[in-house]
Amino acid sequence: MGWFKRTKEGITTPTEEKKDSPDGLWHMCPKCRVVVNTDDHEAALWTCTNCGHHDGIDAEEYFSFLFDNGEFTELDPNMTAVDPLGFEDTKKYTDRLEATRKKTGLKDALTSGYGTLNGLPVTIACMNFKFIGGSMGSVVGEKIARAIDHSLKNKQPFIMISKSGGARMMEAAFSLMQMAKTAAKLTLLDKHRIPYVSVLTDPTTGGVTASYAMLGDVNIAEPNALIGFAGPRVVKETIGKDLPDGFQTSEFVLEHGFLDFIVERKNMKNKIGDYLRLVGNQPAE
Amino acid sequence: MEYLAFEAPIREMDEQLERTRAMAQESDVDLSAAIAALEQSRTDLLKSMSEHLTAWQRVQLSRHPNRPYTLAYLNAMTQGTFSELHGDRHVKDDKAMVGGWGWINGESYLFLGQQKGINTKMRQLRNFGMANPEGYRKALRLMKMAEKFQRPVVCLIDTPGAFPGLEAEERGQGEAIARNIFEMAKLRTPVICIIIGEGASGGALGIGVGDRVLMLENTWYSVISPESCSSILWRSWDFKEQAAEALKLTANDMLANGLIDGIVPEPLGGVHRNPEGMFASLAETIDREYRALKDRDLDQLVDERIEKFCAMGVVNE
Repeated sequence: MGWFKRTKEGITTPTEEKKDSPDGLWHMCPKCRVVVNTDDHEAALWTCTNCGHHDGIDAEEYFSFLFDNGEFTELDPNMTAVDPLGFEDTKKYTDRLEATRKKTGLKDALTSGYGTLNGLPVTIACMNFKFIGGSMGSVVGEKIARAIDHSLKNKQPFIMISKSGGARMMEAAFSLMQMAKTAAKLTLLDKHRIPYVSVLTDPTTGGVTASYAMLGDVNIAEPNALIGFAGPRVVKETIGKDLPDGFQTSEFVLEHGFLDFIVERKNMKNKIGDYLRLVGNQPAE
Repeated sequence: MEYLAFEAPIREMDEQLERTRAMAQESDVDLSAAIAALEQSRTDLLKSMSEHLTAWQRVQLSRHPNRPYTLAYLNAMTQGTFSELHGDRHVKDDKAMVGGWGWINGESYLFLGQQKGINTKMRQLRNFGMANPEGYRKALRLMKMAEKFQRPVVCLIDTPGAFPGLEAEERGQGEAIARNIFEMAKLRTPVICIIIGEGASGGALGIGVGDRVLMLENTWYSVISPESCSSILWRSWDFKEQAAEALKLTANDMLANGLIDGIVPEPLGGVHRNPEGMFASLAETIDREYRALKDRDLDQLVDERIEKFCAMGVVNE
């Protein structure tokens, strides 16, 4: 027996988050370090077939398996952020936006679209974490509001996939008010009895948790996602001691009563479809 | 009276005035002309300072140690009729969030607000005005009561943020705030929200969705405090002044950006220099705002409230 034993996990930041490198043929699980072929990894919906670890993915990937045949019509594809406050910290916000657009090929931190899910017409909005940490600014708020409008107009369920560090500081109070805006829009879905499914993925924190992410008719989450209002570092500083194991994981949040269930990615589409058929009293054909 | 660093010239004037007044009392010499002149120059000084306050100075004024907190406003504005109610009916009574009924000019109101403590012991009891989920749930319970009895809700906002503690997370701080925002958006009774001190992020917005959202002149409202913004974006606590400027968090900026509905002027030099004057003028403001809302059709009121918040944001397409 050795003198030293690792009680905590090692550093598990995946390589692609550390630096820009071309995608290779192989994927190593950041948790268990088992290597698989990237095609197999994609076929497993970017989860590890060995340990079950769910890699972080964005709208493009979610839409590819949630919409039937990966087919959907994108809503507001050309909406981009402006800099309403002329915000500048160590960098200009406009420069930050430009650099992020170039690097990610995305317009902002949310993509929305409509199509069918197991034959049911649905509208889905999904956050893109790689765009400034999935932060919620005016574009995210406006695109959610319009996706909800699309749901309302066509009387089809709304599915929101959250993945965000919270509000976008560079839009200050404008980003704060997106919490009020999205929640206010959701009252209309509620009023018209249109189902709203909120899917929380790793991580969902801050103003996103404190608005639309927690307001689903059902709130569901992927396994082992970080879900909370205050980030773990802030909570740790507040209480002045280490956080208990599993604090703010999906399992913790489920246990405390704020999620309806946890779903593995491979079952997500069917679970959402089944739920929508149940609340809509629409048996499968 | 305590003085902030930038209030040093005012302190000198205050002290000089006090000395002159004391002298006038002790001796038979008539100093009334000198006192009047001093008072005039102090007024001039306060006026010119008020006109040139930086964003960071306003943040400091919003936290001035002599600035009154919610309960002082409620007791004074209702002329002692404020009757506090307690508890969220689930977990406990959150001392950082207060609420209850009271009268202003012959109309009953349901009041809510974060409460800060006036001394070390009370600050702990009040958790520095940082509410837990049960505070937001108490607020929601009381708002629902106001809706049931068709009476208006007035929220006085003064918080450095919702409490980021372990138990707050266990009891669903995010859900509690989200639920309040959602329910307030569709509450079928007039809602007036007034920032009386600090309006920090979701903790403020959790009781901040109203038909009229007003800010007192020397308050701030944003997504994050200038200190935290500095530490995250500049990775140092030393850029709070720049952060305060960049966040555009003053009442003037918020009004110019269309994110609030109005500004309530403060007594010269700030609320702490004349709390009674502030209480009286805020009671008048509430009375006036409510009278403009009270006969509105409720469907229309709610629709317009939702539309107002849905119009916030600037995008390009």
